[in-house]
Amino acid sequence: MSTTIIRGGTVVDPANHLNGCRDLVIQEGVVTAIADANGSHETSDAECIDATGCLVVPGLIDIHVHLREPGYEYKETVETGTRAAVAGGFTAVACMANTNPVNDSAAVTDYIRDKATAAGLARVFPIGAVSKGLQGEELAEIGEMHRAGIVAVSDDGMPIMNGGLMRRALEYTAMFGLPVIVHEEERTIAADGVMNEGSLSLRLGLKGVPAAAEEAMVARDIALLERTGGRLHIAHLSTAGSVQLVRAAKQRGLPVTAEVTPHHFTLTEAAVDGYNANAKMNPPLRTQHDVDAVRQGLADGTIDVIATDHAPHHRDEKDVEFDQAANGIVGLETALPLALRLVEETGIPLETIVAALTVNPARVLNLPHGTLSVGAPADVTVIDAQRRWTVEAARFRSKSRNTPFDGMQMQGQAILTMVGGRIVYRAAAGPNA
Amino acid sequence: MPFTHRHLLGLEGLSRDELTFLLDTASSFKEISERDIKKVPTLRGKTVVSLFYEASTRTRASFEIAAKRMSADFVSLSSSTSSVTKGETLLDTARNLAAMRPDAIILRHSAAGAPHFLAARLECPIINAGDGAHEHPTQALLDALTIRERKRNMEGLTVAIVGDVLHSRVARSNIFALKTLGATVRLVGPPTLLPPELRAWGDTTSNLAEGVRDADVIMMLRIQLERQGKNFFPTVDEYSRYFCLTQRVVAHARPDVMILHPGPMNRGIEIASDVADGPYSVIMDQVTNGIAVRMAVLYLLANRPRMESETEQEAVETPAPAQPRRLRRRAG
Repeated sequence: MSTTIIRGGTVVDPANHLNGCRDLVIQEGVVTAIADANGSHETSDAECIDATGCLVVPGLIDIHVHLREPGYEYKETVETGTRAAVAGGFTAVACMANTNPVNDSAAVTDYIRDKATAAGLARVFPIGAVSKGLQGEELAEIGEMHRAGIVAVSDDGMPIMNGGLMRRALEYTAMFGLPVIVHEEERTIAADGVMNEGSLSLRLGLKGVPAAAEEAMVARDIALLERTGGRLHIAHLSTAGSVQLVRAAKQRGLPVTAEVTPHHFTLTEAAVDGYNANAKMNPPLRTQHDVDAVRQGLADGTIDVIATDHAPHHRDEKDVEFDQAANGIVGLETALPLALRLVEETGIPLETIVAALTVNPARVLNLPHGTLSVGAPADVTVIDAQRRWTVEAARFRSKSRNTPFDGMQMQGQAILTMVGGRIVYRAAAGPNA
Repeated sequence: MPFTHRHLLGLEGLSRDELTFLLDTASSFKEISERDIKKVPTLRGKTVVSLFYEASTRTRASFEIAAKRMSADFVSLSSSTSSVTKGETLLDTARNLAAMRPDAIILRHSAAGAPHFLAARLECPIINAGDGAHEHPTQALLDALTIRERKRNMEGLTVAIVGDVLHSRVARSNIFALKTLGATVRLVGPPTLLPPELRAWGDTTSNLAEGVRDADVIMMLRIQLERQGKNFFPTVDEYSRYFCLTQRVVAHARPDVMILHPGPMNRGIEIASDVADGPYSVIMDQVTNGIAVRMAVLYLLANRPRMESETEQEAVETPAPAQPRRLRRRAG
């Protein structure tokens, strides 16, 4: 029986309220002991990984990525996307349905899962479409996809403008316990806006998307949730008003959860100035007031999850006029240090940040991951929280390089990533085995 | 203070000295267009390319005439007759043109920031001839020149800008320039076209008579007929009931008010014909001044010696000071 011991690190496992120096013992791909770091459990045939000075956390889980396969393999594939994931410390990702063909059938779900198995890197949990072809008109065969292994439904990228469809989706998914993940954007308000609406959009002559476009839909879906019995998860929440709406809904006990992206808690719309297409995303980067509000939302538990909305695009889709540039940025390889920075900058406890990257996303999707409990699959991320490095987009494992963080100084990096007891990533200058 | 920028992308951020220098240079070029032989050799051997992705009569003809009066070779391309119709990207089109070594590229494009996008990627000087709803710097320069000729001092003038401020690049460039030159701007239009953030630039009002009260200058903006049906206002007819500049409205302004319009005008919609053609109108002066302004801009940007050491950053070396008087002698 093969044994691996991750020795001497600071184990942070929010699900078990653990934050202390421990040895993690892994056998046959499962956590079998979290022991005091005294070496008493060591055996001669155990493989030891020295994590002294490092954080040892449950494998990070990103419940919002676009792996682009099938259909857009020139942007990303399941293999390159999961390679980026494990390099960023993520052991599991949930991928959105806006592929070509759309993941609105069991066949596409199977295809994605097969690709993930072949890649053998991070775990991949497909998210099925809410509506056929993401058209926002008729429900997709959610039950069939559920049997094939989807973990949620979402029309991400396309808001569900049809409120009647949204109501039925919340009702119907209750049968499977699947959350409905929503991209909140009232299209008639957002119109053809390309950045946050405000003084900067006015100055740059770019069309704006007001905060109300998001908040109107958040309010609608919370109202629908009151009597439908489903579970609502709000993707990439971006405005102060949305935070307030979710906070109030949670206080009423509604089954709503929310996520924020690293870029929405790090950057403001100012990044757009100079017509920087790598600062173009949907929802757009907002104001400092909104950044402060989403950080507060993370701190007080209104926002449960940090998710990247990893959105790879080819260079040719960004190197165009701002109006025509594709929305979104890659996030898997920069999320962790940006999240750790919040601990430094805002005083949000490390445990809260780790929970937002592990146990909380696992709970949103009902996954048996995100914890180092004895008996849990040994998905582990070892982080050197002190390591300083510079983002070099040209060296990303992702196929795409669309990031506003290129050249930025970072602190903290995953140095070892383990999925089911198997090391799937080890940083070049990682700890010695 | 000379003008040391490599490109003319907008008027925002230019200093009062830089704007004054541009206007002074333009003033000195005016006389050339009054001659019998309207040509000087200043830009002989220089090549200027204009690349227009939007329809234009005035701006395009004005740039072409300006370039030709300076003896530049002028090549005019529009999206409808270029490889754009074959799907070529803006960057590829511009790169190919730049590879032919022009001394300036004049760009008109419907996307805000399109000239900035090219300026960051090409060595060639880029002149913004209008980018979406962002800026139209040569238009605002010719407006400022026209105002300055009559009012001498911009300091303390009140300029009412009336119409679709939200979508107007003419308005933005004028607001930036006029404020830098010391004027006060008032913005007038229906609330749908006056977002609240505009108040950072000037007072706003939806009452036309109030907006032009005691104004020294009224600058009318073209109302784009395409806006109809987008709910910024119900109909053009209703718009004109509230925002058409008529003689009756002009009476609220100062007796020596100047009335500007960048063209093309919608007569009877945003401006009454008797106002457009009346004694306060300087609309044709604007067009004439457009030539001088564009000559000045081409002179300052296309005439720069090509430096081997020039980098992506703005060159800091000082170009030879403008000497149009000497040039004139040589030409005369």
